[in-house]
Amino acid sequence: MPCDGSGALTDARATLRAVSGPSSRLPDHPDRLWRHPDPKPAYDVVIIGGGGHGLAAAYYLAKRHGITDVAVVERGWLAGGNMARNTAIIRSNYLWDESAAIYEHALKLWETLADELEYDLLLSQRGVLNLAHSLGDVREGQRRVHANRLNGIDADWLTPDDVARLCPIVNVSPDVRYPILGATYQARGGIAKHDHVAWGYARAASDLGVDLIEGAEVQAIDVDGGRVTGVRTSRGRIAAGKVAIVAAGHASIVAAMAGLRLPIQSHPLQALVSELLDPVHPVVMMSNAVHVYVSQAHKGELVLGAGIDPYNGYGQRGGFHVIEHQMAAALELFPIFARAHVLRTWGGIVDVSPDASPIVSKTPVGGLYLDCGWGTGGFKATPASGWVLAHTVANDEPHELNRAFALERFETGALIDEHGAAAVAH
Amino acid sequence: MLLIPCPHCGPRDETEFRYGGQAGVAYPPDPDALGDADWVGYLFLRDNPKGAWRERWVHVAGCRRWFDLTRDTLTNVIGRDP
Repeated sequence: MPCDGSGALTDARATLRAVSGPSSRLPDHPDRLWRHPDPKPAYDVVIIGGGGHGLAAAYYLAKRHGITDVAVVERGWLAGGNMARNTAIIRSNYLWDESAAIYEHALKLWETLADELEYDLLLSQRGVLNLAHSLGDVREGQRRVHANRLNGIDADWLTPDDVARLCPIVNVSPDVRYPILGATYQARGGIAKHDHVAWGYARAASDLGVDLIEGAEVQAIDVDGGRVTGVRTSRGRIAAGKVAIVAAGHASIVAAMAGLRLPIQSHPLQALVSELLDPVHPVVMMSNAVHVYVSQAHKGELVLGAGIDPYNGYGQRGGFHVIEHQMAAALELFPIFARAHVLRTWGGIVDVSPDASPIVSKTPVGGLYLDCGWGTGGFKATPASGWVLAHTVANDEPHELNRAFALERFETGALIDEHGAAAVAH
Repeated sequence: MLLIPCPHCGPRDETEFRYGGQAGVAYPPDPDALGDADWVGYLFLRDNPKGAWRERWVHVAGCRRWFDLTRDTLTNVIGRDP
């Protein structure tokens, strides 16, 4: 046997290539997907925040409204905030008409988005269950199923046996601390690959002429005579006719630069993944009462999200007791997870509004727009958030779908209380 | 987990406490005189700084008393006034 082993190595590489065959068809590395221009001195529109919502808004501004002189300025790297930290769940089973309309618009966009962006988003409509553990949960869940159906959204009420048929590994026995009494079910719900969503929007926006400016932290917003005139960033001043703040957990900080005080509190929200496992968990399972939501990602890791940490925070990490609480709930629902190892945990900063509904709105400052308050559930709304913000910016008027989500609702009292459908404890 | 210095019981785990949000938000002295815009401020608008701020906690599993605390919302360092 030759001691250099080169023959064996060649064989091994050939085998590796064969094994990794499917991955060679995955999209290019993101470095090569969009241009990296220096900022120009002025743009028609500057979007503050290069996360999913900001990128989607930039794309729809260019695609649907013909406004291509747009810059997206991002403090860090594209989609490195909550877009990289969410649990990628998509559904539209919200209670109120206004929420149902905007989230269902998002879900319909999701269903064709990969074709539109010519980028595989790995959308998997595997069904989303929201479990009920008490009589109150059952009433709330059934009410929401009926409300969804009235709004033309697919929704079913499941018995514990139905739940077990859809997801055989879940424990539906009645003798646990939080027994499953039923569940809402949205068959069209599911998950998508969050990074691909951001990269798909970024590439498409860049191709249409949008400048994506990374590493540019906004330090001031210039307002003259009640109208926004530009932003000052760590990469220089950029004049702008219109500015949209799409900064999620940092919405309050950025809005304060224009003298605005928002009904937003920022909280840490944690999630975690297990090591890679064989496919065992076929659906998305959420439990409002015990603060856990679980799906199994395409690669095989279990993705679990927790409730928010109670206090205001910007540290992108939370308390371990929150994780412990979440794991205890997950283990009671899924006893077979007991031997799974946690691979990593992380936190993002969510912008929580008083009614658990977003704010996509004009502001008292001319030419300045807000898209924030998505709190714990922004990922699923990404396409619709960008869609309505682009419309609002382009026309200086809200779209039909975000008219109700204006700042003024806190004064008129027309709140859209979605604490039940938001499914994450606040 | 935060280690919260209760002024009455000493340092205790965060799980013994409930959070009360921003400190120093007083009930309006003359509620009847408030217009809708003023009510927005009292009901919904709060500071949300990245850095030191004053907040309320109640020691529900201890002395059950409310107190104010200064905490840095980025580093979670407790006790340094802004």
